[in-house]
Amino acid sequence: MRPLLLLDNVSRAFQGVPAVHPLTLAIAEGRTTVLVGPSGSGKSTLLRMMVGLVRPDTGQVLFEGRLLTPESAPAERRRMGLVLQGGGLFPHLTVEDNAALVARYLGWAGPRVAARLQLLLERVQLPATVLRRYPAELSGGQRQRVSLLRALMLEPALLLLDEPLGALDPITRSELQEDLRATFRTLGTTVVLVTHDLGEAAYLGDTLVLLRDGRVVQSGTAEDLVRRPADDFVERFVRAQRALPR
Amino acid sequence: MNGLASVALWLLLAQPPVQVGSKVFTESVVLGEVTTRTLTAAGVPAVHRRELGGTRILWDALQRGELDAYPEYTGTLAEEIFSGKVSATLDALRPALASRGVRIAAVFGFADSYALGMKAATAERLGIRRISDLQAHPQLHFAFSNEFLDRADGWRALQRAYALPQTDVRGMDHDLAYRGLAAGAFEVTDLYSTDAEVQVLGLRVLEDDRRHFPDYQAVLLLRDAAATPPVLAALSRLEGRVSAPDMVAMNARAKVDRVPEAAVAADFLRARGIDTGKLALPGRARRLLGYLRDHLLLVGVSLAGSVLVGLPLGILAARRRRLGQVVLAAVGVLQTLPSLALLVLMIPLLGIGARPAIAALFLYGLLPVVRNTYAGLTGIAGELQEAAEALGVSRLTRLWRIELPLASPSILAGIQTSAVICVGTATLGALVGAGGFGQPILTGIRLDNVGLLLEGAVPAALLALAVQGLFEWLGRLVVPRGLRLGRPQ
Repeated sequence: MRPLLLLDNVSRAFQGVPAVHPLTLAIAEGRTTVLVGPSGSGKSTLLRMMVGLVRPDTGQVLFEGRLLTPESAPAERRRMGLVLQGGGLFPHLTVEDNAALVARYLGWAGPRVAARLQLLLERVQLPATVLRRYPAELSGGQRQRVSLLRALMLEPALLLLDEPLGALDPITRSELQEDLRATFRTLGTTVVLVTHDLGEAAYLGDTLVLLRDGRVVQSGTAEDLVRRPADDFVERFVRAQRALPR
Repeated sequence: MNGLASVALWLLLAQPPVQVGSKVFTESVVLGEVTTRTLTAAGVPAVHRRELGGTRILWDALQRGELDAYPEYTGTLAEEIFSGKVSATLDALRPALASRGVRIAAVFGFADSYALGMKAATAERLGIRRISDLQAHPQLHFAFSNEFLDRADGWRALQRAYALPQTDVRGMDHDLAYRGLAAGAFEVTDLYSTDAEVQVLGLRVLEDDRRHFPDYQAVLLLRDAAATPPVLAALSRLEGRVSAPDMVAMNARAKVDRVPEAAVAADFLRARGIDTGKLALPGRARRLLGYLRDHLLLVGVSLAGSVLVGLPLGILAARRRRLGQVVLAAVGVLQTLPSLALLVLMIPLLGIGARPAIAALFLYGLLPVVRNTYAGLTGIAGELQEAAEALGVSRLTRLWRIELPLASPSILAGIQTSAVICVGTATLGALVGAGGFGQPILTGIRLDNVGLLLEGAVPAALLALAVQGLFEWLGRLVVPRGLRLGRPQ
């Protein structure tokens, strides 16, 4: 099967320090791929390469078989949705304007925008009243739901989430994990999610890609990682997920 | 509308009024009024552009044709304009002036020489009668008008001629120097022999025993291009009509009795058979309204320019960081120039009046706008910049819908700073004939008239406060509501 997105032999260094060593990674269509690893493992850099926010020093990025270039990136991004750790909502715009900005830019008619918003509000489980609110008036969890809504607005082929739950309290986090999983299942869309939490990765992901120091250490299902760790590091990373006594 | 009507009238008559200038001291202003009123009494339209600064500004304006006439002194012409290459006699000056397209339309009839003066009591106690007596008193403190300090025949030449040993020498405004002398802040200052203060403050004029100062006969310069028969005929009536006692008396009326120069001139001319008609001096409210209009013009146009140029420059600086550093440094240098210097630098390029003042204020107002636009745009949180970039809209849309609104509080604060600076600095515009609230301040300083000074200073301060208030209100209008709620996290 052709991958939806292919990182082909990409690498990247920041100020001479390598963040990603040359690697090739295929993102399978219709599945949820989770990039997991400790801080500084290069997972966020990889995610940003996929959306063109970071240019690889070597190699290339192919999205739906097309080469992602600085020129093509703006148009390609409209087929991608991005959710950032803090939500990345524009504080000067209401929830509605945040979500509908690009749709209106593309000339969607009012009723089409309204209908799409209505549908997505239900999907991310927000009341219609939030549409008129500003980001500063929302809770952290609500902000991430709005951010997800905004990312889904144009029915993207690829949904990218960078530590979307990293800044939330445990209860909200757990709720959102469930809602995210339900949403991914319902939509059947291709998802790439970045997290440092193996439990979250296992819960949400079909395929896990474990990264360390800019290299892929192991990829496979959560079960693969637990039962057949590729090396000592994987074993330690798995063991670091402390289970609570029940 | 008023402006348009007068412009239309101008074109209709096809004969612009004679532009009479004066320097920023009382005698020159009085002579400017006398000249203007003599012309209008003869049916020649004339306007007085008063208090335009020093010799250079007026001479250059005359050369460029912005002024047609102004009162000058022979000694100043010889030393300042012709750099001592022409002697200070009328016979020598007339051909020299003719080669520059200027003539002496009238010799007023009095000489006003530079001199040094001290309080009579101090001079008596120290036994000083002549300038050479100063050699024996190196401890004395001197304060001179800035022009006297700078000009070729001024302090440095005098110091050489008399071998004066004093080292404590300061420069200050001529009129303030009199106040300092009266208060005992220093003992010796330069003065003009026709200054009203010589009498009023009881000063001793030190004898110029080595004949250092040239003869400063007061003359009226006229541009050849403006020397039409009616103008020449009208101005010939001034020939030899102002004696030294006349001038001292007029200076004293204007300065000590605080009679407006226009009234002083009208009274003088009436006594000599030149009726200048009923004197219509505008009331205070009318005057203030005129100042306000001029001031708002200066501030409004220059601020609009600062914003129109500063905003794109700030955006450019934020986009191209390296170029941005150059832009910021350049507008920063403009800001470090003293505002007065910037103003005077504009005169050779733009002449006198509102234009050089607007240009200087525009340059002066750039930095706050550029810097705050740059800071506002570069200060947008990294995650918001990424989110904006990831939207997949054009750069222009991103700038217009996201980046500029996010930067708007900072940008607006920059424009506000610029506006407030502008309102204050615009008071200097009066020095180059731009009018505004600086005019009464300038006149107030010159006449030592606190009331007049406040007439400019208080409204200027109130205007600055009003501008401040206006921008607070604008802030509520322009800055998006979501930003005023405070940023998330």
